Amino acid sequence: MLTKRIIPCLDIRDGRVVKGVNFEGIRDVSDPVEAAAYYNAQGVDELVFYDITATFENRGLFTDLLRRVASQIFIPLTVGGGINSLDDFGRVLGCGADKVSVNSGAVKNPGLIEQAARKYGDQCVVLSMDIKRMDGGFRLFSAGGRTDTGLDAIEWARQAGERGAGELVVNSIDTDGVRNGFDIEMLNAVRAVSSLPIVASGGAGNKEHFLELFENADVDAGLAASIFHFRELEIPVLKAYLAKHGMPVREVR
Amino acid sequence: MIAIVDYGVGNLFSLRCSLEYIGQECLVTGDPIELDRADAVILPGVGAFEDAANKLRNKGLDVVLKELAGRGKPLLGICLGMQLLFEQSREYGVHRGLGLLEGEIVPLLEDVDDPACRIPQIGWNTLEIADKSCPVLSGVANGDAVYYVHSYYLPKGRLTAAWSGYGKAKVSGVVQKGNVMGTQFHPEKSGEVGLKILRTFCGHSQ
Repeated sequence: MLTKRIIPCLDIRDGRVVKGVNFEGIRDVSDPVEAAAYYNAQGVDELVFYDITATFENRGLFTDLLRRVASQIFIPLTVGGGINSLDDFGRVLGCGADKVSVNSGAVKNPGLIEQAARKYGDQCVVLSMDIKRMDGGFRLFSAGGRTDTGLDAIEWARQAGERGAGELVVNSIDTDGVRNGFDIEMLNAVRAVSSLPIVASGGAGNKEHFLELFENADVDAGLAASIFHFRELEIPVLKAYLAKHGMPVREVR
Repeated sequence: MIAIVDYGVGNLFSLRCSLEYIGQECLVTGDPIELDRADAVILPGVGAFEDAANKLRNKGLDVVLKELAGRGKPLLGICLGMQLLFEQSREYGVHRGLGLLEGEIVPLLEDVDDPACRIPQIGWNTLEIADKSCPVLSGVANGDAVYYVHSYYLPKGRLTAAWSGYGKAKVSGVVQKGNVMGTQFHPEKSGEVGLKILRTFCGHSQ
């Protein structure tokens, strides 16, 4: 049986993990390899690296760090941030990434999803969506949640499958950082129009929220950042809790 | 020395790194002499069956691999590389493989019979051991999870040493017949369990 995935997301700037990561016993973790090794030992099922580097030159530092992580950590790696072209896909896949997450780049050029799926296979094309509740519906935002695209997010999700995306990451802008649980209704609205694997993001505050997520929404994975980074919830504790409640999870011996 | 077969299919970065990580010297090559010289050979692969099978044939590597396997050289196929070891695949038509192992690769979609199981299967699935004596499974336990990415599969059968359930399909995860073996999942992406399998394969091949 396929297990439910637990995925931490790490923000990277200029080749370093940016502030906001604070593991007990390892002060001021800024080396991505160290952070990845920590999570690997904890038994996470996948790691997401999000490149928030501002300049083109420093993208080189990012690919260098990816290579270093991928040569030490042997679990699936997903990379997002600043993906705007086929070359960007090729650049990170060549450094050991297994999947590439595209967000604003696909809003600007929806054809990118199809081109990437044709060239690299749909299994590595992840469409990430930032969604906000507006006027009784769900609106798609881009540019890190700053720009209202005017697009209906559910329709965007439906089209993603036809275009060749292999997975959806559904980020709720409303629940992000609120720690009051995932937006189950939004996730179910996306599920109703898509048969793709769904990664739920935004709102995790405790282990009960993950159980609630997997019991009430047909999703494949739960993604979170600070709750894991600050060790408010440890991965083995979360997985043992989910397993106890009958959820299939990968437990590391 | 382990040789990774280079025939222009897929990205070998992670596989090479995983072997280096476990302290195993390796070489990515399509040269028959270097393949012959290696203690063991790994056949990787991602993408479409027909294209990969043609690439092997165009380089004459199908003949080389059959000859090496026939002489007892340990051979491990990974993902599409495992599928290529078999007689044929029904991926977009019927296409011939190397025929080193008896069996046919079929679409997962036909047998899964569960809308909750999406195609391709992407993610961690648990292993059920069918043949404890399979050399690469020493140290691997029932319930250990490994990472799969695939849409076609070998149904559980005589050569299946370990399998994973996906809907109603029983997916061969590890296959073995003598010195020829394969994994449908990616050991180089399956954490400690995957590294253990690679270590055991390399250890048996020294």
